[in-house]
Amino acid sequence: MTDAVLSVEGLTAGYVRDLPILRDVNLTLRRDTLCAIIGPNGAGKSTLIKAIAGLVPVSAGRVMLDGKPITGIRPDQMASLGLAYVPQTDNIFRSLKISENLALVLRRVPDRATRLDELYTLFPPLAEKRGDRAGSLSGGQRQMLAVAMALASRPRVMLMDEPSAGLSPKIQREVLDLARGLTEKGVSILLVEQNVKQALRVADHCYILAEGRNQIDGPAESILSDPAVGEIYLGGRRVGAA
Amino acid sequence: MIGMISYLAFFSTMAAIFAIAVLGLNLHWGYTGLFNGGVVAFFGAGAYGTMILGGRADATVLGGFGLPFLVALAGGVVLAGMLAWIVGLLTVRLRHDYLAISTFGVAIAFESLTRNAEWLTGGARGLRGFPRPFEAAVGNNFVYGLLFLAFVLLVLVLVYIGLERLVRSPFGRALRAIREDETAARSLGKNPTRLRLTSFVIGSMIMGVAGGLYVSFYAFVSPQDLAPILTFQIWAMLIVGGAGNNRGAILGAFLIWAAWTASGFLLARHAPVAMQIYTGSIQYILIGSVIVGMLLWRPQGLLPERLETSAGPDRTRPAGTNTTATTNKGVT
Repeated sequence: MTDAVLSVEGLTAGYVRDLPILRDVNLTLRRDTLCAIIGPNGAGKSTLIKAIAGLVPVSAGRVMLDGKPITGIRPDQMASLGLAYVPQTDNIFRSLKISENLALVLRRVPDRATRLDELYTLFPPLAEKRGDRAGSLSGGQRQMLAVAMALASRPRVMLMDEPSAGLSPKIQREVLDLARGLTEKGVSILLVEQNVKQALRVADHCYILAEGRNQIDGPAESILSDPAVGEIYLGGRRVGAA
Repeated sequence: MIGMISYLAFFSTMAAIFAIAVLGLNLHWGYTGLFNGGVVAFFGAGAYGTMILGGRADATVLGGFGLPFLVALAGGVVLAGMLAWIVGLLTVRLRHDYLAISTFGVAIAFESLTRNAEWLTGGARGLRGFPRPFEAAVGNNFVYGLLFLAFVLLVLVLVYIGLERLVRSPFGRALRAIREDETAARSLGKNPTRLRLTSFVIGSMIMGVAGGLYVSFYAFVSPQDLAPILTFQIWAMLIVGGAGNNRGAILGAFLIWAAWTASGFLLARHAPVAMQIYTGSIQYILIGSVIVGMLLWRPQGLLPERLETSAGPDRTRPAGTNTTATTNKGVT
């Protein structure tokens, strides 16, 4: 129940050769849990998620999915290995219908009709608007569609890059609750968040990243009480408010 | 009367040939978001390929194999596809303006090749003489003109139906997805590189079909036919007609070709004599103005891309006037 489904070992990665953004980052995601990565702006949170997803070149270290190395595998092949990635923005195809968005990702799923029904059951608002263009959805519904698309191939691990970005506080809560709920359906989730309080509310474990390096990590419920966190990375007032 | 019909047949044949090339460009730009600035290279590859394989023997050049028409045409189309495959592999990492510049360069290089490789292309004097299919059997020029028009229209319809099926297929849906966002498409398990390359080759082969029909019609091709203006004419046709809509592409081809021939006719007839030597340049300015004007005032074209919605109430109309919901269903 608590074995590692995804582990990152000594990862060094960056967009340009010899200019690493991430230096020697380690991380473990346990099965059926939700793990949050937080940290100040420019900490390398999104870069870490993209490096795991294969979108940023890795220069050292490795990424293991269920004990098998997946470092350097092309992002379009990650989906078939059971790893899904939900980009921060532009994660749906606005000019396509909702049904077309889903059909696009269900193309290689053997039982696509059943899976489509399951997804529509899981996200009733999408079923209701299946014939509409995805561009007509609200912010929260767009994230819902993005998550539905990522879930189509029944991934074991889902990477989410700031799923709450640009949403109202109420919808932020709904999206993060949705992510939390997926861990009960056999999906382990690694997500990047700006909104620390919201992230810690739903997370099991939390990593704090700054300057592209691991700083501190621990169970979500106890990490905010660690004084080092507030002083160095988040700013004391935020801890006080929490 | 016969002269008039004959002229209309000539006009329509040319417009339909251009419409086929515009359909090819529509697959590139309209459905995949590929900015091909070198349409004329693929048109030219089809044209020269068809001419070299199917043309009359000529002691001064290598070609003129006199192969059957359809074989020659297929050869030209394959040549255009091979050129596109090579160019596509080389430019696979390029997007938008960079792709436009490099493909434009390919077109210039191709034109330069045809001008200089005299042993193959006849150089600046071009290749002449092409036994058009069934011409000898028909005998009558007027009837043959109509017959050739019918053949070109048949090809246009086949290309149109083929493309409509292609863009409605899962492959076409994936093309529209990568047109919008490659990162998202990749993270969902699509391979944008392969999809883009496939679209580039298919679209270029369609341009090659247009080039092949063009030389079979004129029985002549020279580097003069591959001037960069042709690329811009074809782009103007797509922009005016509506990128992402195959009917728009065909409409644009006929409209722009009509405007082009009419402006040439009017300038030659009515412009002051001193101006007439500039007729060609004035037409260039007109085509440029049409492109810029359309992009400013109606960027979606006369027949915009149909973004379909099929189910659910139509939210663009006020409540109560819900009659459009059913007509929308009918469209899709």
